[in-house]
Amino acid sequence: MVLMSPSGDIAAQQRDLILWSTFLMLLVIVPVIILTLVFAIRYRAGNDATYKPDWDHSTVLELVIWGAPLLIIIALGAMTWVSTHKLDPYRPLERIDAGRPLPEGVEPLVIEVVSLDWKWLFFYPEQGIATVNELAAPVDRPIRFKITSDRVMNSFFIPALAGQIYSMAGMETKLHAVINEPGVYDGFSANYSGAGFSQMRFKFHGLSDADFDAWVAKVKSSDEALSRVEYRELEQPSENHPVTYYASADDNLYHDILNRCLNEGDVCMDEMMAFTELGMPMCIAGDPRDRKARREDDELRELLDLTMADDSDRRSLNQ
Amino acid sequence: MSELDLTKLIFGRLSWESIPLHDPILIGTFIMVAIGGTAVLGFITYKKAWGYLWHEWFTSIDHKKIGIMYMVLGLVMLLRGFADAIMMRIQQAWAFGGSEGYLPPEHYDQIFTAHGVIMIFFVAMPLITGVMNYVVPLQIGARDVAFPFLNNFSFWMTTAGAVLVMVSLFIGEFAKTGWLAYPPLSGIIKSPGVGVDYYIWALQIAGVGTLLSGVNLLVTIVKMRAPGMSLMRMPVFTWTALCTNVLIVAAFPVLTAVLALLALDRYADFAFFTTDLGGNVMMYINLIWIWGHPEVYILILPAFGIFSEVVSTFSRKRLFGYASMVYATVVITVLSYLVWLHHFFTMGSGPTVNSFFGITTMIISIPTGAKVFNWLFTMYRGRIEFDVPMLWTVGFIITFVIGGMTGVLLAVPPADFVLHNSLFLVAHFHNVIIGGVLFGLFAGITYWYPKAFGYKLDPFWGKMSFWFWTIGFYFAFMPLYVLGLMGVTRRMNKFDDPSLQIWFVIAAFGAILIAIGIASFLIQLYVSYRRRDELRDDTGDPWHGRTLEWSTSSPPPYYNFAFTPRVHDLDAWWQMKEHGYQRPTSGFLPIHMPKNTGAGIILAGISTVLGFALIWHMWLLAGVSFFALLAVAIGHTFNYDRDYHIPADEVAGIEAERTRMLANHV
Repeated sequence: MVLMSPSGDIAAQQRDLILWSTFLMLLVIVPVIILTLVFAIRYRAGNDATYKPDWDHSTVLELVIWGAPLLIIIALGAMTWVSTHKLDPYRPLERIDAGRPLPEGVEPLVIEVVSLDWKWLFFYPEQGIATVNELAAPVDRPIRFKITSDRVMNSFFIPALAGQIYSMAGMETKLHAVINEPGVYDGFSANYSGAGFSQMRFKFHGLSDADFDAWVAKVKSSDEALSRVEYRELEQPSENHPVTYYASADDNLYHDILNRCLNEGDVCMDEMMAFTELGMPMCIAGDPRDRKARREDDELRELLDLTMADDSDRRSLNQ
Repeated sequence: MSELDLTKLIFGRLSWESIPLHDPILIGTFIMVAIGGTAVLGFITYKKAWGYLWHEWFTSIDHKKIGIMYMVLGLVMLLRGFADAIMMRIQQAWAFGGSEGYLPPEHYDQIFTAHGVIMIFFVAMPLITGVMNYVVPLQIGARDVAFPFLNNFSFWMTTAGAVLVMVSLFIGEFAKTGWLAYPPLSGIIKSPGVGVDYYIWALQIAGVGTLLSGVNLLVTIVKMRAPGMSLMRMPVFTWTALCTNVLIVAAFPVLTAVLALLALDRYADFAFFTTDLGGNVMMYINLIWIWGHPEVYILILPAFGIFSEVVSTFSRKRLFGYASMVYATVVITVLSYLVWLHHFFTMGSGPTVNSFFGITTMIISIPTGAKVFNWLFTMYRGRIEFDVPMLWTVGFIITFVIGGMTGVLLAVPPADFVLHNSLFLVAHFHNVIIGGVLFGLFAGITYWYPKAFGYKLDPFWGKMSFWFWTIGFYFAFMPLYVLGLMGVTRRMNKFDDPSLQIWFVIAAFGAILIAIGIASFLIQLYVSYRRRDELRDDTGDPWHGRTLEWSTSSPPPYYNFAFTPRVHDLDAWWQMKEHGYQRPTSGFLPIHMPKNTGAGIILAGISTVLGFALIWHMWLLAGVSFFALLAVAIGHTFNYDRDYHIPADEVAGIEAERTRMLANHV
């Protein structure tokens, strides 16, 4: 049972939470089941036990039957509040596992995830590579997943690593996790997304640093590159898509998938929102330059960057 | 206008290709349905029963007959929904190690969608509504519901929705989206076919029925209680019915609205929930669960009410903690609106939002726990008779607390991140819906059957049904809990890992046990009918009941009560018996009653045609049927011949017959 013996610190904490909550609830569930059976047998009609047909109230008992569940829920509620904040998938990690805090200066490995019909595309901006249906990460280095979808909603889930999070088009969800043991783990979509959903699976490799570097080198030795043209092909629905390595990927491809502006001439959603927030939505319509030129306009860039600092980044800054 | 356009105007998207002739499973099903249907229709014709059915049943505005028709609808659809279930179980036990099983994805995906839709909307809802319809007016000492015609109309609208779902089996296809049809998958780009349109219109039409029946029962309970029955003297079942109908009236319009928005997206290029043009799927998911979560309480609350009646009657004891039972019900009603987000903790809301909804969800377990304890302490120092309804109740308590526990576990957001959408979740909600709603319905059916038909159900086959259902449930769903913990997600139609197979085989075995449980129930109905003279109850009070429905004859006369009863106690009928109540045998007055009308079934029939036309884009037929619908609805308002009086003599005759029966009995 992978959920009970995971290999990543986040999933391990989630497992502990499941066990503790179950234990707390069993404190009331077990007595109820036993009492049900005892009362059913003891007070059956044939058995000459005490019979009090008009007894229908007892303040003490009422206090107990409302109070006992209340106490358990207070305990569980407190656990929920704390653990939900601590295990918030948007929250950067503070430790590698129970015994090891995060060393100073370790930056998380950023992986950008796109769910497509019916396969997974992974970008590694740091390494400049991309893969389909295969994911790898070094052991004990925090990973920061940024997740989106081309159209249909899916859920990105590697049970051995950490809990799942939805992938939604035009939106970015985040997940922070770390894998603590080398190995090959199952990853898949946990949200039904159409005919090819059952095979929307990939292998997640937890690798030592050296093995990870070798893996990156292997991907880089591929003679394929992920351009916008290639992506258009990849985007077509396909089932059981083979593992594919791309030695490089177009700049800004993930950004443009996320912001739904793959075609030259589209207005990216983040730009649109930034302009709207600045109160000048007409700038885009009135700006004769193409997107590339707009991007290279430093003044405009600075203005937009200020506005576009996204919510979750703001949230992590606040913490 | 060219010929092609005319064909399109009349037939829309419908063509011979829409008939699934290529699928042997569907052709086989169709042949079976055709043979079975012809046999039933032939039998009715042979018996010359059409007139009887039309006058006595289809056009009836008697809440008791409508209640029974709801039960028939629910049971028929249960067979369809269960057939879907067993097909899924077989597919999942089979499709291992490279095998594709026997259901390709486009068929399998329709089956799990139809299973969910049918079980919730066309099994659980009609059965719950049927029980409420039958029992509530009797329990509050009323002669009918507040709006008898509306009641008939509501029933037929629900049936119309069910008919559309059944039609989708043989003409076109059903949705392949999962039972809540999340966009963008259910949007026009990813689901261009008629499946989602069947889904939308079936639920919209049935939704009209559900909403109106909710209004009807709500007004009935608020306005038509017998004198002396203050709110705190209402039987607990009526209380739960009241809360359920409040939930229906407040929640179903949300479903109607969200489906209307989805329909606009699909039919008129709107962009509420599309990926582009500013649409937002999160809005759909929020809205549908703002309806969807109260919906599960709509189903479970009346089941709680049934258990409360049963446990008190068969323990021969007053219900323990009536007041706290009522408060618990009301608290659950209110809280059910504050928990919807727990269905999608994984959508990326912040931890504060997630923990708020997680904790409100857990809080619901407090009143629910109080209810369980109240049932327990009703049994405590009672004299428990283990008739079949009581067996279901004990089975329920033990099964339901397990489902409740896994539910609270799923309410802890970080735990939900690993359990969400897994088979653990599937096991959880079947645990509470089967262990709670369905067990409650079987308890209720067995309990009130003698009231409706004048004879008890055969206990042997009832016990068979109970044991097969209960044991079958554990075999079918405990493996799913295990599979969920192994990280297996729902709605898969094939698997790679061979170590999972054994669990699916056990689950399929459980489904077969449940099939025997269902068969036992049907045999029970048949055997009881054959043995009806031995099982007959002349008293109208076979279980030594406590509430007013047991004070009248079984089956009750169409006016229910010759004189409106006066209520002096919570257990009104028990109190009347204790105080040596004498039935009045003279002084009867004429009784004012509503008249039958065919308007309900005609309106629903036209609505079915309208729905079908909209699904297939048959714009001509859609226009015609829409105006026909308006014309009949307006025409019905000019029907002034709506009521009549039962003469006092006739009442006296019926009551004298009952006096004779009671005398014979002693």
